[in-house]
Amino acid sequence: MTQVKTVAGRGIPLKGDDIDTDRIIPARFLRCVTFDGLGEQVFADDRAQLEGAHPFDQPQYQGAQVLVVNRNFGCGSSREHAPQAIARWGIQALVGESFAEIFFGNCVAMGVPCVTVTTEGAQALQDAIAVNPQQIVTVDLNTMTVTCGDLTVPATMGDGPRQMFLDGNWDACGQLVAQAEDIKATAANLPYFAWSA
Amino acid sequence: MSKGTLFDKVWDLHTVGTLPSGQTQLLIGLHLIHEVTSPQAFAMLRERGLKVLFPERTIATVDHIVPTDNQARPFVDTLAEEMMQALERNCKENGITFHNIGSGNQGIVHVIAPEQGLTQPGMTIACGDSHTSTHGAFGAIAFGIGTSQVRDVLASQTLALAKLKVRRIEVNGTLAPGVYAKDVVLHIIRKLGVKGGVGYAYEYAGSTIEAMSMEERMTICNMSIEGGARCGYVNPDAVTYEYLKGRDFAPQGDAWEQAVAWWESIRSDADATYDDVVVFDAAEIPPTVTWGITPGQGIGIDEAVPELEAIPESDRPIAEEAYRYMDLEPGTPILGTKVDVCFIGSCTNGRISDLREAARIAQGRHVAAGVKAFVVPGSERVKKQAEAEGLDKIFEAAGFEWRDAGCSMCLAMNPDKLQGRQVSASSSNRNFKGRQGSSSGRTLLMSPAMVVAAAIAGKVGDVRSLVSEPATAGN
Repeated sequence: MTQVKTVAGRGIPLKGDDIDTDRIIPARFLRCVTFDGLGEQVFADDRAQLEGAHPFDQPQYQGAQVLVVNRNFGCGSSREHAPQAIARWGIQALVGESFAEIFFGNCVAMGVPCVTVTTEGAQALQDAIAVNPQQIVTVDLNTMTVTCGDLTVPATMGDGPRQMFLDGNWDACGQLVAQAEDIKATAANLPYFAWSA
Repeated sequence: MSKGTLFDKVWDLHTVGTLPSGQTQLLIGLHLIHEVTSPQAFAMLRERGLKVLFPERTIATVDHIVPTDNQARPFVDTLAEEMMQALERNCKENGITFHNIGSGNQGIVHVIAPEQGLTQPGMTIACGDSHTSTHGAFGAIAFGIGTSQVRDVLASQTLALAKLKVRRIEVNGTLAPGVYAKDVVLHIIRKLGVKGGVGYAYEYAGSTIEAMSMEERMTICNMSIEGGARCGYVNPDAVTYEYLKGRDFAPQGDAWEQAVAWWESIRSDADATYDDVVVFDAAEIPPTVTWGITPGQGIGIDEAVPELEAIPESDRPIAEEAYRYMDLEPGTPILGTKVDVCFIGSCTNGRISDLREAARIAQGRHVAAGVKAFVVPGSERVKKQAEAEGLDKIFEAAGFEWRDAGCSMCLAMNPDKLQGRQVSASSSNRNFKGRQGSSSGRTLLMSPAMVVAAAIAGKVGDVRSLVSEPATAGN
């Protein structure tokens, strides 16, 4: 599996706290049996209301790969459709003040790192990208920094997820399945597995 | 670091091992699936040539997309019909029990598992739905997951997870009349914030919680995620065991005694260590209504929409966004805010006790002219029970529509939607922008009893004035 050590690409700032997964991908777009096509629908309602002024519609941010957000991004529904839509639009890494837990876990399982920076760090990155959208933003999981031109911001990520990206084990499915014997042994020690089913 | 809590004990008992990343491989005792977040997971299994490891440990139902007024197949919405067929096919091919429409057991996934006795203390429970925290009411560690993780559970019955910290939230004392479990949890989220729970499991405790029924505890645990906590739980006790006894999947015979002994053993120890403790006084909790666009933007029914200066600086940008979206002026009392649509239902408040209390208040009264009001039972069983008690007739006589079971307008993935800038009084869990099906629709969250009060007045009302003065003789 692919190791994810650095993500480097143009940035896109999206300002606002508590941007929930209903806003990232409104529920009507969840009426589907595949994730295909979700990239076009990302932030559909927010974009329609801003009539072209939403960063995901602004020409200078087309092709961006690093999304910089603020506080509690991805809160609400567990829908993986939300990070899938963001990733299918082209985003390969997120930088923010904080992320909702289920959203963060979904991103790990998809191989999309979310790193956390301070309030000031997020704002400085957003401002730097806005001033020069062509500048490359680098998210480095080895050094745990985010750089944009002259600006370098320290970043954090839980040790477990970080190691999964560095080792290329972010898709845990294979590792989990390989432990079938231990799984069955753990289940056999739980009384309730014998009470029903 | 927490020690000796139910969370610690259940976590340890379900730990399969430590992964190379340092994360825990955690066994999942009960996996619930539905039509929205599972089709892609089954597709991933097929791509990888993997099978479902414990098909008997996964239970399926359909809830998000189902119409609540006409459930005839094929559904009018061809996309919904396609999802339905995918779930039917995936369950059949993998030997998974599916509680389909008309089976008598269908309903919102977080309503049906408890009512069938599938949800039990000491379990780990996962579902591709953030309101899986509901099941924590039984003393289970229950949390929402995404679709790739649904794949992992299907394939291995396990997940790769980092352990959470544990915050004990004590609520002590007696709730005033007209104050419900919904108000308690809205109050907690108001005080601790929508991201206050990130990284934590919430243990709800204290005399107020202990005095609550299982259904009230489910309402509290349900909204843990709105406070940022992926899971919330209540230690199991006599109320839990009384609720479970005799239900379809509850242990029977000798196994029942063993079960109770085991459930007692996984309760948090009296001297358990918590990462944090927060205490609330029940007497200080008013009927609570949200005014904004996050569940943390709540106020007491006697309060006004807060002035910007009264809001902590870090919360001001989202407050300003909320004033604009909701079209509410700071300083305006929330009481009297005009509503267009009143919705009673959802995994938060669509259970029989919610409907009984709503019907008690609706009895002998009538929905205001111009207000659309409807009641959506949480499951087919809730619907049947409500009809046996005549609640449907009370609601209909009061001008409410009586529907079939489903998620309905909580998230509007089905025909139940707000139109344009309508304002809803809703017993559901999220007031996010666009949540209820219109990109400019507005939601005020409140208890089911308060939704009835709003429906009758045509504006946000105070249920306390109705609970103390029955409109008609009798019960």
